[in-house]
Amino acid sequence: MLQSLLDGLGALTAGLHFLATNGGPNLVMLAVAMVMFYLAIAKGVEPLLLLPIAFGCFLVNLPLSEVMQTEGVLKTMYDIGIGNELFPLLIFVGIGSMTDFKPLLAEPKLLLFGAAGQLGIFATLLLALLVLPFVPGVDPANIKQTAVSIAAIGACDGPTVIYVSNMFAGLGKIDTAMVGALAVAAYSYMALVPIIQPPIMRLMTTRKEREVKMPSVEGKVSQTALIAFPIIVTLITGLIAPKGLPLMGMIMLGNFMKVTNAVPRLTKASENEIASVSTLMLGLAIGGTMEGGQFLKLQTLLVFSLGFVAITIDTVGGLLLGKIWYWLSGGKVNPLIGAAGISAYPMAARLVQNEGQHWNKHNFLLMHAMGANTGGQVGSVMAAAIMLAVLGGLGLLTP
Amino acid sequence: MENLAFGLTMLLVGMGGTLLTLFLVAALIRGLTSAFPPAEDNEPQE
Repeated sequence: MLQSLLDGLGALTAGLHFLATNGGPNLVMLAVAMVMFYLAIAKGVEPLLLLPIAFGCFLVNLPLSEVMQTEGVLKTMYDIGIGNELFPLLIFVGIGSMTDFKPLLAEPKLLLFGAAGQLGIFATLLLALLVLPFVPGVDPANIKQTAVSIAAIGACDGPTVIYVSNMFAGLGKIDTAMVGALAVAAYSYMALVPIIQPPIMRLMTTRKEREVKMPSVEGKVSQTALIAFPIIVTLITGLIAPKGLPLMGMIMLGNFMKVTNAVPRLTKASENEIASVSTLMLGLAIGGTMEGGQFLKLQTLLVFSLGFVAITIDTVGGLLLGKIWYWLSGGKVNPLIGAAGISAYPMAARLVQNEGQHWNKHNFLLMHAMGANTGGQVGSVMAAAIMLAVLGGLGLLTP
Repeated sequence: MENLAFGLTMLLVGMGGTLLTLFLVAALIRGLTSAFPPAEDNEPQE
């Protein structure tokens, strides 16, 4: 009887015993979860994603938690939606149905800013390839895949990062825990774009350039062009980079449903219920990968450091093209709009508008910036698709 | 050295491919919007 009581009490205190003896990493991650809660709730930093990620992190780091064990609730969510890349793709349908491409279609040349804004992906890839061989714990055989996963943060697009990195996790080329670190880094830096970009904008442009007033864009586009756009983009992606077709196909499906107005129920569901449920489960499952023992590695620090570099170079790339355009146009193009060529929509466009108006209160760059920003959305997915196509060609997408 | 070659390949082919592909898409959109201007459509705007 006494032994039974002691065993019962022992079972109730096993968690505390674990924390006291082996729980250091878990305690650190519980603190990280609390910081993420604070950022999501009090500071409004990407709360839709950060709050479920933080809660998943909280759940998995509680002592003796079984949520990420076989048949655990977060493991089940991971298997049904992350392991097979379903949730990021469903979120893309929602993003496509929420995005208005009219400013881009009214001024298609702005799409080139969306390409320049991806420079961070490829420059960071090169940097990561040079740094990773010296980082302890990185398998030399998988350096390329690890570097590509980190570089994907430069897409400035959470679902793309998760899609690409999880592809390598599924092939056993990177740790599953690294997908969580990459996702958190990607969403954190997306939220920090208003802090990261303005100093770079001011550093890379002169006052005269920032004050350039651009003519207003009417933004009128025919319904035919609106409907043809998602079909053309999907077709070109399929022909040039079929490995990225799921990414581009889903975002364009969402947009196609929106512009045709033929299936309003599906469009509404994509924007709301489908995107919301997918976001919740994706966030929880990603948080579930942040188990202390797996997460607290030098690699995680590297992910955050190189992720910052990637977003910075993206902005530099866009601004450089903006400056080239300024010179070519004889000073008619405000180079600030180049900074909007990233995927953080509509945040980057609003920043450009605010920055432009700060230097010239009669300046309204919003429509130009919105065009470049939606170009950045297409550009980030296209860059990821092309990267996957090249990796496939180099035989790096096989187990 | 092999990593450097891979990185440079990705930078040139990846970034170059992205620029070229989006240039192609932009050119096609330009053609599309010229072929179907809003005034000729007489359809309600989205």
